[in-house]
Amino acid sequence: MSSPRVTVIGAGVAGLVAATELAGRGVSVEVIERASRIGERACSWFAGGMLAPWCEQVNAEPTVSMLGQIALDWWPRHFPATRRNGTLVVAPPRDASELVHFARHAERFEWADTTRIGELEPDLRGRFRKALFFAEEAHLDPRQALTALAGSLADMGVPIRFDTDASPANIDADHVLDCRGFAARDTLTELRGVRGEMVIVRSKEITLSRPVRLLHPRFPLYVVPRADGLFMIGATMLERADSGPVTARSAVELLNGAYALHPAFGEAEIVEFGVDVRPAFADNLPRMIRRGRTTCLNGLYRHGFLLAPALARQAATALCGMSLENLHEDHCQ
Amino acid sequence: MDLYGVEIASRLLLGTGKYPSPAIMTEAVTASGTGVVTVSLRRESGSQRSGQDFWAMIRGLGVRILPNTAGCYSVKEAVTTAQMARDVFGTSWIKLEVIGDADTLQPDVFGLVEAATILAGDGFEVFPYTTEDLVVAERLLEAGCRVLMPWASPIGSGKGLNNVFGLRTLRAHFPEVPLIVDAGIGLPSHAAAAMELGYDAVLLNTAVALAGDPTAMAGAFAKAVEAGRAAYLAAPMEPRDMAAPSTPMIGKASLE
Repeated sequence: MSSPRVTVIGAGVAGLVAATELAGRGVSVEVIERASRIGERACSWFAGGMLAPWCEQVNAEPTVSMLGQIALDWWPRHFPATRRNGTLVVAPPRDASELVHFARHAERFEWADTTRIGELEPDLRGRFRKALFFAEEAHLDPRQALTALAGSLADMGVPIRFDTDASPANIDADHVLDCRGFAARDTLTELRGVRGEMVIVRSKEITLSRPVRLLHPRFPLYVVPRADGLFMIGATMLERADSGPVTARSAVELLNGAYALHPAFGEAEIVEFGVDVRPAFADNLPRMIRRGRTTCLNGLYRHGFLLAPALARQAATALCGMSLENLHEDHCQ
Repeated sequence: MDLYGVEIASRLLLGTGKYPSPAIMTEAVTASGTGVVTVSLRRESGSQRSGQDFWAMIRGLGVRILPNTAGCYSVKEAVTTAQMARDVFGTSWIKLEVIGDADTLQPDVFGLVEAATILAGDGFEVFPYTTEDLVVAERLLEAGCRVLMPWASPIGSGKGLNNVFGLRTLRAHFPEVPLIVDAGIGLPSHAAAAMELGYDAVLLNTAVALAGDPTAMAGAFAKAVEAGRAAYLAAPMEPRDMAAPSTPMIGKASLE
């Protein structure tokens, strides 16, 4: 059987990971993207880049955790700068019950006391009495990761055609993999948009080795360290499909939270505010939907980097015709 | 139960925030048997009223919608949000929240009375989220409110009925006004306790949304509210200090 020609629409995390999986299996792939460069119009550009399947169990269905564990294996192989330093979850003493709630719904963590917190993150020494440490989780810089994937696709001879806005119907290929995120709302009417806002700051006064989540009854947030003293602080979740500028309230909440984590963030430089719309279905679970020669990968919600490898693998398996009969038509499981 | 001339069968009102997903929220609403859900506009709307997908889901629940002004800290903000809610949901019902303290989310009762006066004058049917303060309650009724919603304890705290005496006093003073305990309920037993005091209904959100199994918890609350109401109507016994045997002592065999 000759290998099919596949066109992937969308060079966000879903599209690039899927193209990588397909190319790795010898499929003839091309990627088309409406924007002019990687990340320009992809919500994954604004992601935290946390590969945290066990933390996510607290707010997501077990499926997310199960599929997410594949990402812990996939990303280090395709993006060696992935760091597997775990996740630290902290709460101020007043909100200690938030930690108990988190611990009750998560798995694969250890309780950390003041000493252990200080060993893990010296700059947080003495600031928190209790924390949860998820040793097996990882994180990456989404922008570097997307750029690296685009580079390795080019090395494999997979072109990314920018400035190309196409709908699945008018593409000449054996298969179309529709990875357009919320832009696919025209065909996936049940898709909804969930607004997310984030801020990137720079500080030389504090160093973190892993994502730190600060629990709060109203404004939970995370701080993810990146290279060159950069930190990504995220992220709001608002039930609206609006990518307008960050509101003052959201900015205050995000920055306040970071300041509560460590006063050094009060002196940090603001590098960027970012906003985009995450694609989600009503159950907040991803789906692979086949419609004739088009396969849609969508609904990755706030778990793009965590879920893309599992979905890409399933899509690649399906498109290569290796186990079509084992594939559920409408769901990724 | 009659709320502004509308007959509502279930005495449990449910909030729609903080669920793991809209699908789970929908299941929980169904399991609760509620006839009224509250929905927040402030955070989900923005300037472009772009929360439409979520609002469409809320409309699709097929129950009456009570929009709220959660997150509003001033009279002006609350009034503007209420007007927007009327446009978006086509209802004159509004759950009025004017928050006075960011830490406890305690109502600013002065702003609340002011906003209620403005909104009632503008044709709104106001459900004010207030403290259990008797005098404030009187002012809210003067302002035109026909329903009162005192807190049990701070929003989302799950601490249950913090001031049973105050809640009982309120009930005794306003026997004819629909009284709904709003906020602070953590367990079905709290909801039952409020209903046993003779409250007309209970409004809650976090206790269901943050439960490990929100749908099962919604069902548990439905039973608790029903049990509490039935107990109130059955005229509970008065507690007393002296033990009273439930079987007669006279005639029992004596082993002396």
